[in-house]
Amino acid sequence: MKGIIGKKVGMTSIFDPSGKQTACTIIEAGPCVVTQVKTTESDGYNALSLSFGDKKEKHSTKSETNHFAKAQTSPKKFTKEFRDFSLEKNIGETITVDIFDEGDNVEVVGTTKGKGFQGVVKRHGFHGVGGQSHGQHDRSRAPGSIGNSSDASRVMKGMRMGGRMGSDRVKLKGLTVLKIFADKNYILVSGSVPGHNGSIVLIQK
Amino acid sequence: MNAIAYVHEQLTGKKEFPKFKAGDNITVNYKIIEGNKERIQSFKGDVIKKQGNGATASFTVRKISDGIGVERVFPFYSPNVDSIVLNKAGNVRRAKLFYQRKRSGKSARIREKRQAVETTE
Repeated sequence: MKGIIGKKVGMTSIFDPSGKQTACTIIEAGPCVVTQVKTTESDGYNALSLSFGDKKEKHSTKSETNHFAKAQTSPKKFTKEFRDFSLEKNIGETITVDIFDEGDNVEVVGTTKGKGFQGVVKRHGFHGVGGQSHGQHDRSRAPGSIGNSSDASRVMKGMRMGGRMGSDRVKLKGLTVLKIFADKNYILVSGSVPGHNGSIVLIQK
Repeated sequence: MNAIAYVHEQLTGKKEFPKFKAGDNITVNYKIIEGNKERIQSFKGDVIKKQGNGATASFTVRKISDGIGVERVFPFYSPNVDSIVLNKAGNVRRAKLFYQRKRSGKSARIREKRQAVETTE
């Protein structure tokens, strides 16, 4: 596996020479610094710890500052571990969008937009009550019955109800890398990507 | 420069089109591929909408073909849009002319904008 941390910038669309328009997301990915190398001998598994996004020294704790000092870099905002990285990297080296090629099939991990407290129609795709007849008037988006009567006397576990929706970690598979701007660290992936503009996403292959 | 504008500038070639807006009568010459031959077809009608900006901008042209209203949406930056000819500038009060869909015949006409003509004395 190889991967990089990036920031979702926004969406646009590009045309191929035949005139086909493809929606794509611009991600500003990297450069990421390798801040820790974990090995089977020392940690029990192989992983690379990548860090992305600068942070002011006054906003970082001493332990953070010293941790990043080992990689000869300034304190970073985000650190993420990638298991079994396929590229050989040492601590302090940087990873840029160059690790991907145009046309690659990648996975993108992000956190979806928070929707707040939502009812069952939006949250679970219930169809609501439907018409206004048969005495219905103010419960068109209600869930309906949530269980049995005295035989059970309780609501079954996992019953789908209203509640907090969104802000979930989501991995999208099968996105294509359409274009890479190495000088600007931009990478264009096909389709949409979870989260709002400016949110952190991981691109993996 | 923001990233979206940068990507747009890098990936799309500049195109020179005459300035037009809703209500104008234009001819869009666009490429179509038949089998493996490419030729240019034209679509002449009134612009009823311009929308979006940057790479995703598009416009809609409406014409009456054999008594049936036909609308076509063209992306501004599509490589298939070959050229645009401005035939007539229209005099309208709206930016979106969706009311044209309910009209036909005489009431669907769009007045031509009267241009100031320089007189030589």
